Amino acid sequence: MILSGWGRYPRQECTVHNPRSEADLRALTRQGPLIARGNGRGYGDCAISRTGTADMRRFNRILSFDAQTGTLAAEAGVLLADVISVFLPRGWFPAVTPGTKFVTLGGMVAADVHGKNHHKDGSFGRCIEWIDLLGADGEVRRCSRKENADLFAWTIGGMGLTGIVVRLAFRLRPVESGWIRQQTLPAPDLETAMSLFEEHAGATYSVAWIDCLHGGKGLGRSSLMLGEHARLDELDARSGAPFATPRRRMRKVPFDAAQIALNSLTVRAFNALYYHRAVAQRGEALVDWDGFFYPLDALLEWNRIYGRRGFAQFQCVIPLESAKAGLTELLRTISASGQGSFLAVLKRMGPSEGPISFPREGYTLALDFPVNPDALALMERLDAITIDHGGRFYLAKDARMSAATLRASDPRTLDFAQLREQRGLTPFRSSMAERLNL
Amino acid sequence: MTSSVLVIGARSDIGLAAAHRFATAGYSVQLAARNVAQLEADAADIALRHGVSVTMHELDLLAADTFEAFADSLPVLPQVAICAVGLLGDQVASQSDLAAASLVMRSNYEGPALITGLLAERFEARGSGTLVGISSVAGDRGRASNYVYGSAKAGYTAFLSGLRNRLAKKNVHVLTVLPGFVRTRMTEGMDLPARLIAEPGRVAEAIFAAVLKKRDVIYVKPVWRLVMGVIRSVPERVFKGTQL
Repeated sequence: MILSGWGRYPRQECTVHNPRSEADLRALTRQGPLIARGNGRGYGDCAISRTGTADMRRFNRILSFDAQTGTLAAEAGVLLADVISVFLPRGWFPAVTPGTKFVTLGGMVAADVHGKNHHKDGSFGRCIEWIDLLGADGEVRRCSRKENADLFAWTIGGMGLTGIVVRLAFRLRPVESGWIRQQTLPAPDLETAMSLFEEHAGATYSVAWIDCLHGGKGLGRSSLMLGEHARLDELDARSGAPFATPRRRMRKVPFDAAQIALNSLTVRAFNALYYHRAVAQRGEALVDWDGFFYPLDALLEWNRIYGRRGFAQFQCVIPLESAKAGLTELLRTISASGQGSFLAVLKRMGPSEGPISFPREGYTLALDFPVNPDALALMERLDAITIDHGGRFYLAKDARMSAATLRASDPRTLDFAQLREQRGLTPFRSSMAERLNL
Repeated sequence: MTSSVLVIGARSDIGLAAAHRFATAGYSVQLAARNVAQLEADAADIALRHGVSVTMHELDLLAADTFEAFADSLPVLPQVAICAVGLLGDQVASQSDLAAASLVMRSNYEGPALITGLLAERFEARGSGTLVGISSVAGDRGRASNYVYGSAKAGYTAFLSGLRNRLAKKNVHVLTVLPGFVRTRMTEGMDLPARLIAEPGRVAEAIFAAVLKKRDVIYVKPVWRLVMGVIRSVPERVFKGTQL
């Protein structure tokens, strides 16, 4: 079966298994190299493997919930969307969520996903209580901060290369409503955007949509969005019941767009439009959780917008001290290239946690490009700039980096590869692991 | 009082999906299956997701002498009982191995018909209830590729039809479900035409709607009514020479 990540690049013929039980998984680990796959929202080749890809979506049961502590135990194939639809009406929301709710819990562990509250609440790993991890010997081990603590730490952000996450327990946060008090602040340039992030460090949620094509004086102009869970007394008549979610009109990208449709002109126009809308809408508004956290989820199969050849994401984080210089150079290079990115996101991150996890204190920039020779060459230039400024890359997004680039950006990956060798974890292998020598 | 649904063959993908669908509507759920303990995680999942009570009941459909005790052990006689038991078996094995053929026949006809019949008696005595039998389009006409399974399903379809006729004036509703190809454990690895396949959730949705509307016989994907209509209408003289 031909598989790819969400970016639809690269695509590979993979042997896919559909295990239903731990016994099935044990049998698979004996057959040869294997990687677990959730809902396929990792962008590149992190959850595909020619030799064996285990589709974990049948492990989709919610096991227990402790309403005192908000701790939820569930199998790895449960979708975050299901967690929200079950527990938000009871007053609970994920403590950390990525930008799509169509991810599995196992995938969230593997990528150690972060959200708009990273600067304040850390990444997903911080709210995990324990993980049941299936090893190459077929044994399932309970891993937590107390038991098998190092395996627990390397599994969070370990891209599925330490074993198969079978089930886990993690904490939800109590909320009074499903509504978010959103504040939109236009920033005419990068410096303003960064100082707004610093000024609003106390906001629970913060993220900026950045116009990466605008050069010159307006380089890095952004629309900053801040958010707070609305309390009951902050709701208005329009929001209705506290946990009622307005029905969204779901749209579906019906066919692969021709790549030409996404030229620098259309992207430039789109970004300009977006910025000016932010200027017009500045100020506060009550928005529903779905629109605030998951704006793209309403556009089903939006990954087809980049055409048949797919797209590649670029996401780096630059340490705080070199962030301004690094981001400026990245943005200059992008705007000079004219290579468009619809979705360019800038965010202030909090401190680093865990031995292999992506986030670190600084600024993260995420972009996507249609796959073509020019864009791939541009991304290599962006790699070099990132490394020059001490930054590193988010593996959940990567599809095309070289092993040398990864090593140069993140020496921890060498330790990770050694650990895999020593502990006999190499039977867990994705196409990404092969490409990056992990 | 909350309504309840009994799912017999709850380990099947269709049975489990049906349990979820009824639980969504607030039904409390009784899961019955062989080795029912394996359903513990699913029972917890249904209870947590939908906020309903879920009970588990051991039942082997090949052990008819246990059926009365099983029915007595249910916490309450359910409003809706769904029999989702099915065993495709291996047609080639079933042709030469009498034990294999017998297992397919008993699993798809004898067991389902007996348990449905037993519950029908209790529903009739109460004067209400819905019996849902998951049969198969394979029962619409015997074909070389699966006639052992198909003949047993044909028997179950006929049984349900007769039961419906008998109970029509007794306020007991009998629904025959003909799912066609469904993406389940049974069809895993088969190369099937995409337009004819339904997901288990779709089957569950169709069952739920048909129970509310008191339908008699449903094909889950309407295209199957057409397909089977054509297959049934081919004269036997021609049909016997085909490869279907």
